[in-house]
Amino acid sequence: MAERKSRSVRVDALARVEGEGGLRVRVRNGVVAGVALDIYEPPRFFEAFLRGRDHAEAPDFTSRICGICPVAYQTCAAQAIERAFGVTVDPRVRALRRLLYVGEWIESHALHVYLLHAPDFLGYESGLHLAKDHGDVVRRGLALKQVGNELMTAIGGREIHPVTMRVGGFWHVPSRRDFAAVEERLRRALDAAIDTVRWVAGFEFPEFERDYEFVALRHPSAYAVEDGRLVSSGGLDIDAADYEREFVEEHVTHSNALHSRRAAGGRYFVGPLARYALNHDRLSPTALQLAREAGLGPVCRNPFRSIVVRAVETVWAVEEALRLIAGWEPPDAPCAAVVPKAGRGWAITEAPRGILYHRYDLSADGRIVDARIVPPTAQNLGTIEDDLKALVQGQLTLDDATLTWRCEQAVRNYDPCISCATHFLRLTVERS
Amino acid sequence: MDTHAAPERPANGAKPAKPARARRHRRPTLAVWKFASCDGCQLTLLDCEDELLAIADVVVVAHFLEASRDVLRGPYDLSIVEGSITTPHDAERIHRVRRLSKRLLAIGACAVTGGLQALRDFADVQAWVPLVYANPAAIEALPRSTPIANHVAVDHELRGCPVSKAQLLDTIIALLHGRVPRAPSHPVCLECKARGAVCVAVAQRQPCLGPVTMAGCGAICPAHGRGCYGCFGPAAAPEPRALAPVLRSHGHTDDAIARAYRAYNAAAGVFRAAGDDHGRA
Repeated sequence: MAERKSRSVRVDALARVEGEGGLRVRVRNGVVAGVALDIYEPPRFFEAFLRGRDHAEAPDFTSRICGICPVAYQTCAAQAIERAFGVTVDPRVRALRRLLYVGEWIESHALHVYLLHAPDFLGYESGLHLAKDHGDVVRRGLALKQVGNELMTAIGGREIHPVTMRVGGFWHVPSRRDFAAVEERLRRALDAAIDTVRWVAGFEFPEFERDYEFVALRHPSAYAVEDGRLVSSGGLDIDAADYEREFVEEHVTHSNALHSRRAAGGRYFVGPLARYALNHDRLSPTALQLAREAGLGPVCRNPFRSIVVRAVETVWAVEEALRLIAGWEPPDAPCAAVVPKAGRGWAITEAPRGILYHRYDLSADGRIVDARIVPPTAQNLGTIEDDLKALVQGQLTLDDATLTWRCEQAVRNYDPCISCATHFLRLTVERS
Repeated sequence: MDTHAAPERPANGAKPAKPARARRHRRPTLAVWKFASCDGCQLTLLDCEDELLAIADVVVVAHFLEASRDVLRGPYDLSIVEGSITTPHDAERIHRVRRLSKRLLAIGACAVTGGLQALRDFADVQAWVPLVYANPAAIEALPRSTPIANHVAVDHELRGCPVSKAQLLDTIIALLHGRVPRAPSHPVCLECKARGAVCVAVAQRQPCLGPVTMAGCGAICPAHGRGCYGCFGPAAAPEPRALAPVLRSHGHTDDAIARAYRAYNAAAGVFRAAGDDHGRA
């Protein structure tokens, strides 16, 4: 098809993402003139009603920001408040949080790989359409997803908004016997996870690379999930307490979500590609071997290949879950003593989609004076827009339907969670 | 484009195309809609890993943006609605959804009572907004978060934050077959006794809303050593006033009790009144 001078790509309601948003791309005289991710998901004012609430309510309240990654919110809130109060949490309790958290990774990654992202590579409208031709493949993905949910249920009572996490530890901790069934399922799931890497590695990926600044947690010995310092490919290395000095949020007119950028000005990238680039040396031997087989170098700058990295991380997560279960010993007490005091606490953890930041200012009686939450998708929005701009510029010869689908696929590279990104409305309206 | 109803090529002549088409045309259409919410209740549908593909065989998934970019035009036999109404735009959109839907099922605390975001009713967001926004008039937010039934007729409601998977499946099947869905009206206490959990209120003096909260979750909180936090909203004939002296005698302050009611179903009639009673005390 001949290249047209001016055209527009418009998707009013993006599908296969969590939450409500659209995208617009304008091309004038053969040049991409404007790209906008329209976020019209209604704001829910979490920061407003957290003020004056008791610190103990924060983990369960903030989990309602996102039904896809509630454990990320619960863990971040609990750890930020524990830091403010100076609570020391038993290492066995920390191990249980990590186990719950990798359960969420398995569920979320399997959901995205099989039902939300793979259909784009194979030309299907959805995972349900894909299942009509490739039922066994989709059933394998659903079984993998289910294991993640079973692990979360074994620890948290249910998979969406689990009920056992609290500031200081847990309400209830499982015995070794409670893990017997899910441990067996995880062993079988490892094969499914390995097959998943090989399956997605065979997809066709558009030639597309950009030079991102990758930002992720890094831990001295483990693949970082719930603990570590924040590092970047640009040389950043900070404690969570310094996050607001290094990262700022800006409001854009077309969005109910804020866009994050580095204080120095640049946009950055969080999520599986960032974690892999910065921490691949902490992956398990199996996961690393599969990454190599799948053609991933030490750094992958093609966001379309994020599906491969998600699959590799899923293998790691299943192995990590098995390792943690094998070493599981219930702590003497499920929860440490929590004594409130006035102060500020911070935490950053790796939600499936990338880093999540929580900060709480607390009063002497343990009430929340101020809260700040920066979800992963808000941090990626600017980068997604930059991707779309570069992508469309390079693919103007595609017909409208193909170009539109390719743009949707580029957004889904980030597994965006718009519900997360829009829980706050603090500065989203253009000041005029 | 309706890819489901597209004529099929007979596979090597073994299977005549006509009966297959006729059968497929009778499949009811299912739509899923999102309003102000966390996505968790519609995720519950995708979390039915064992049943999802079977559901997709017996219904046409006609509008389910979280799962598919293939959107079919209405009307729809069954619409599942998640989330509460919080913006002027959504207050109009829900009427369009209703007009397109033969039956409408509201799922989850947000859709049924206004959800956690109904706390804006108590947090005085309207006073807070001008402090933070340079241009508060431009904020498209209603002062209150309201349930779907405040705006349109709802055929059935499912409680919970999030909804129970078993209840969701049973209700979808019931509504598609014209049967009345099974809906409990008893409190969490009955489920708690049925599963043999220790009463955390009596044994541990924990604050527990089990006596006034609708069953449906399986009493997971008491079974995991914590009091029920009321995420399924009020039971059929709850008596918060009868519960109040018990909670007080266990050392819980009126402020703490008020906050317990002002949470995931803060705007639900009985919980709102109980929260106000304790908030004033």
